[in-house]
Amino acid sequence: MPVTSVNVQHLTKRFGETLALDDITFDAGKGELFGFIGPDGAGKTTLFRIMTTLLLPDAGICKVEGYDVVKDYRKIRSICGYMPGKFSLYHDLTVEENLNFFATIFGTTIRENYDLVKEIYQQIEPFKDRKAGKLSGGMKQKLALSCAMIHKPEILFLDEPTTGVDAVSRLEFWEMLKRLKRSGITILVSTPYMDEAGLCDRVALMQNGRIMTINTPRNIIRNYPLSLLSVKAGDIYRLLGDLRKYPDVHSVYPFGQSAHVAFHGPDIEKESLEKFLNKKNHDVVEIMQVEATIEDCFMELMKTPGEVINH
Amino acid sequence: MKRFRGFVIKEFYHIFRDYRTLLILFGMPAVQLMLFGYVLTNEIKDAKIAICDPSKDEVTRRISDKILSSGYFILEQNLNTVAEVDPVFRKGVVKLALIYEPGFAKKLEKTGKANIQIIADASDPNTANMLVNYASGIISNYLVTMNTEKVPLRIIPEVRMMYNAELKGVYMFVPGLMAMLLMLISALMTSLSITKEKELGTMELLLVSPLRPSQIIVGKVFPYVFLAFIDAVIILVLGRFIFGMPILGSISLLLLESFLFICMALSLGILISNITSSQQVAMMISLVALMLPTILLSGFIFPVENMPVIMQVLCHAMPPKYYITIIKSIMLQGNGIEYVWKETIILIGFTAVFLAISIKKFKRRLT
Repeated sequence: MPVTSVNVQHLTKRFGETLALDDITFDAGKGELFGFIGPDGAGKTTLFRIMTTLLLPDAGICKVEGYDVVKDYRKIRSICGYMPGKFSLYHDLTVEENLNFFATIFGTTIRENYDLVKEIYQQIEPFKDRKAGKLSGGMKQKLALSCAMIHKPEILFLDEPTTGVDAVSRLEFWEMLKRLKRSGITILVSTPYMDEAGLCDRVALMQNGRIMTINTPRNIIRNYPLSLLSVKAGDIYRLLGDLRKYPDVHSVYPFGQSAHVAFHGPDIEKESLEKFLNKKNHDVVEIMQVEATIEDCFMELMKTPGEVINH
Repeated sequence: MKRFRGFVIKEFYHIFRDYRTLLILFGMPAVQLMLFGYVLTNEIKDAKIAICDPSKDEVTRRISDKILSSGYFILEQNLNTVAEVDPVFRKGVVKLALIYEPGFAKKLEKTGKANIQIIADASDPNTANMLVNYASGIISNYLVTMNTEKVPLRIIPEVRMMYNAELKGVYMFVPGLMAMLLMLISALMTSLSITKEKELGTMELLLVSPLRPSQIIVGKVFPYVFLAFIDAVIILVLGRFIFGMPILGSISLLLLESFLFICMALSLGILISNITSSQQVAMMISLVALMLPTILLSGFIFPVENMPVIMQVLCHAMPPKYYITIIKSIMLQGNGIEYVWKETIILIGFTAVFLAISIKKFKRRLT
């Protein structure tokens, strides 16, 4: 493993009765694009706030670039860039004034670090005299990223940067992250969108304050232990119910327009399943064997909470 | 320092781009001053009266003339009988009725005694009281000038209202208004501007920056020190030139004390914003916990001396009370610091306590 950028051990955080983070342990390497994938309430934001020194952990150790988040919080604050969940910008300031302000409080200027944000900022520069409150979601996101980057941080924390942004802007955003990564900066990003997992070097799948697995997206899919069929039919709701009655089925869940059916073992009898469904009066459109996606892995991991393996 | 300057510039942008803030900042002092100056006055001018004079002799005419030429009263109606008083009052225009007994002058000459009845509409007791006092004052004055030789022994109290000879309301409300507005602008505005950052989520970003908490706080309140100070000057200038409020003492001492009061209110505003996280709550606390006591318990409208003991004790815990005492003493009596040092020290004490608590409670993190 290369040099570690973030080192987290047995991190726990409680808010009253609820356990927001439950014994989180992971390492993020220098220059890595590390993703945290999980639904709302999985604890992603809490974890990011602890890493950015905004919250104190109840137990465990969290080190960013070797600095402890509790003791050396001032050090961390000057080397990290942070983009909170909702794009926190000053709505009554213009695009340029926002960027300028964040440059100033970090003791730098736009001109000094222009190269760093150039690629992102150029896209919103035509609107630099527009108030930030009047920008579209995608533009706000770019501005927020520019603001987080303007002081040349060693490490970037992006908390759900693509939530509430259109699909095109989301893709563009990940392209930008890829390019940023090339400059050697460590990027930790969280997202509720499973399809974005494949764009990270490594991902941690989170659920209910726990990390279920940490691996490269490819390995996570490779470790998927089941065989998967995608079934399409007219009445998807009734289809889900009937599929669950089919013998040897491990799990059934809706996946977009179709149903995903998982079986143990490699032998899949497509024909007998089709017969079974026809008997139940389903107009089966198609039955296809498919490769698992991160979402399938996530569903499976949720069912069988096992040991966390850190690769 | 450069960081700090950038921060303050940003604050000014916020203020100057929000027309509502500007309206509160600069419209309110003028509007309040005009309101208190012209509308909510408790001085009596041109009160409408009715006179019932069945004797119509020289003495009653002279007394009526005296009363009507005093400037306080205007004759609305002459009444023929006492029975007409009630319907006239019910119309609500006439506030006071003057009733002479029949054969007034003759009776006065013969017996040295005659009766005038003064009936006042006491649905507004304060006004009624004042009108009755004015009217009876004028009458007894007239009696004194009328027959000096007939009454051998008399004690005439020579009343002089020091520092406010004409009992003008301005002398009361300009200091009160200054306290109220400075308190409002300083405490309310700062607490709102800090909680706004919390609501927007930008406070998170400010915390995750190399800015020190003290820089954030001072940067936040700095513009308001400046603006509140301008407001203080506006009120003083308006009060002086429109309402003729005297400023007998040193103007620089007055401004210095105002500055101290502004700092006190600002530190209170910071304290409020530290214990709240939404603008709404901050506003409620500022209005209920600061404005009402400032208006009711500072001696601005109701004299502290007349309150129950518990309330009096409470009054002494109200910083505006001391500020009002100080500026009244400077403006009306022309006193120097040697007369107000005690109050000044109390204000400094309040400021120090509020600041100490705020800095101690300021969160370097989110919770």
